[in-house]
Amino acid sequence: MSGQHCEPSGRSTTDTRGLDRFALVGNPNSGKSTLFNSLSGLRAKTGNYPGVTVAKYEGRARLADDFVVLEDLPGTYSLDAISPDEHVVVDVLEANGEISATPDGVIVVVDATTLRRSLTLLAQVLQRGLPTCVALTFTDDLQRRGGRIDIHALTNALGVSVVAVTPGDRGQVTNLKQTLARWRDWPAPVIAPPTDAAETAAWASSVLAAANYVEPDSDARTSRIDAVLLHPVWGTAVFFAVMFAFFQTIFVVAAPIQGWIEGIFAWLGEAAAQLISIDWLASFVGEALIGGVGGVLVFLPQIALLFILIALLEGSGYLARAAFLMDRVMAKAGLEGRAFVALLSSVACAIPGIMATRSLPSARDRLATMMAAPLVTCSARLPVYILLIGLLVGPDERYGPVNLRGLILFAMYVIGAVAAMSAAAVASKISRAGGRLLPFYMEIPPYQVPRARSVVAAVWSAVGAFVKKVSSIILTTTIILWLLLNFPQHTDAEMQAHGVDTSSEVAVSSYALDNSFAASIGKAVEPVFEPLGFDWRINIGLVSSLAAREVFVATLGQVAAAENPEEPALALSQMKVLDGPNEGEPLFSPATIAALLMFFAFALQCMSTVGVLRRETGSWRWPAIAFGYMFALAWVAAFIANRVVGAFG
Amino acid sequence: MLGTKSGLVELSVGDCAIVTELDPTLHPLVARRLADLGFAPGTQIEVLRRAPLGDPVIYRICGYEIALRSAQTKFINVELKS
Repeated sequence: MSGQHCEPSGRSTTDTRGLDRFALVGNPNSGKSTLFNSLSGLRAKTGNYPGVTVAKYEGRARLADDFVVLEDLPGTYSLDAISPDEHVVVDVLEANGEISATPDGVIVVVDATTLRRSLTLLAQVLQRGLPTCVALTFTDDLQRRGGRIDIHALTNALGVSVVAVTPGDRGQVTNLKQTLARWRDWPAPVIAPPTDAAETAAWASSVLAAANYVEPDSDARTSRIDAVLLHPVWGTAVFFAVMFAFFQTIFVVAAPIQGWIEGIFAWLGEAAAQLISIDWLASFVGEALIGGVGGVLVFLPQIALLFILIALLEGSGYLARAAFLMDRVMAKAGLEGRAFVALLSSVACAIPGIMATRSLPSARDRLATMMAAPLVTCSARLPVYILLIGLLVGPDERYGPVNLRGLILFAMYVIGAVAAMSAAAVASKISRAGGRLLPFYMEIPPYQVPRARSVVAAVWSAVGAFVKKVSSIILTTTIILWLLLNFPQHTDAEMQAHGVDTSSEVAVSSYALDNSFAASIGKAVEPVFEPLGFDWRINIGLVSSLAAREVFVATLGQVAAAENPEEPALALSQMKVLDGPNEGEPLFSPATIAALLMFFAFALQCMSTVGVLRRETGSWRWPAIAFGYMFALAWVAAFIANRVVGAFG
Repeated sequence: MLGTKSGLVELSVGDCAIVTELDPTLHPLVARRLADLGFAPGTQIEVLRRAPLGDPVIYRICGYEIALRSAQTKFINVELKS
């Protein structure tokens, strides 16, 4: 789950042709990506393999006097590939691979604490015949846990260069770089290791014996922690407590920071209103830019916090435990633990979640998980939920000691999770395509203190992706909406003919809004959404949020700013139903808010997700099915919520 | 009982065993993957803990911990050690 990017592609801008290329191969958790970051100084570029969408991380490392290209390949236990991401590794190492240039050299990253297992992968790489060297990681952990290895003897036994490297240790990293620079002189083993499984095991045993390898004791700290965290009773209790605290934190900690950012935008809004004398420009800056785009940007603290928390859970090793605890539940839905990791990635964004399904060997599991992933509450829903929940309950309302807003948010995440699981169960029952049952296995790594650098990198890329999304897709949609909301223009005479008091600014802007192009669109789709309690202003928000969910917040921000430029937040909460039987009643009644929350929980309002589904499944069939079934679910759930809450409210 | 042959799936938490063979009815790709993960004949294995709902189970093998479902462990034959 490392390196979530909402935008899946981003081509390398640096020209890397003509440079020596090295591929990093290793088991998952072998420290491969950390080493990659350490060598390339975090200047990684992400891209895609043509035709497939496993993220490809490429970076440049400076050796003594030249740059080389490093390619971070997906972690794998074997070159007998069974899942799509493993096929990528095999293809890269092939002499004339279809999707990637063959590297000049291969760096096999080997975790010293799991040397026997790592040697089977090394054996398979050595059979490929490319120049190879070994980067031996976690030698410090090996020593701490009472293990031992003679690196010199290991080098002799393997017949290739072995460099011990702890990613934080500058001396060792430099040492590895010097070895890379000499790749043309790397020694090759006299005889390639055997291919047969039993013979490989025997070869590994002989290498380990020659290197005086002593296996490390089990990590005492990890055992002590797991005795509690994986305890049948306490472990489950802690799991739910962790998940619950997760969402409380997002509301409680981020709220004051969000307040400051709102303050800055309010100040900017006032300044814009005073300084800009051209009417249309003032409206554009005040409503579209500050009210709309700014209205989405204020959720930056929550997004950052969400990713910090995910990075901490992942970096500490707890995520694998969570998948272990939840595996039986996943099995009930016809899925496996790795699908849980993919679904958990979707908490950030459905796109990395859908891409993470590439680690699933079974085509049926992949499809089922892809159909379910967009239902998981993603970070794009967060601003919408926070806005709506904020309209529903006050900031200090509590249920016992629990912040009520945080509680409702938690409930929304539970709804998303249950919906996703149910959808996966149904999808895996229906689709029986390619149901070869392949093994489920999941490594449970020792606990680690999360590396500050990885947390910062994860948050930085998430914040960057959010800002990029705001400045591209959300800004574009917002500008189109501003045009639709402000045109056509009306003359005073025309308005007076319709009985509008042209001396009242509020009456004028209200008339202009009600007769805008946006209103026509919103009113055109009214028959669909009217049973849910939505009026045209909400409808236009829903229609525009098909591009990206956050646009809904931007749209309401614009509509509110148009009605009351001084205090848009107040305008939003005081909006009234304009016509029909409930005329004059608050628009954002509990029933309407409940319906909106349900609609956003289920509907597939994200063009990027539709695009990725198209690419991953190879046809428009599955995205169309996903969009259709999710819209139907959303409508029905919103209708029920509206009626039930309406009856109680 | 020492030296008892059984399926890995039948062991209890705390048991130590030696892998004797992978069931020949296992799909060759699955057998190969399990071997690549360390489940090769002669390897020592320890049962560490069971998930709250009984499955999967965490094993310690080759110096690391791995969770497997009973769907796989019933195909791994072992000899109980202590």
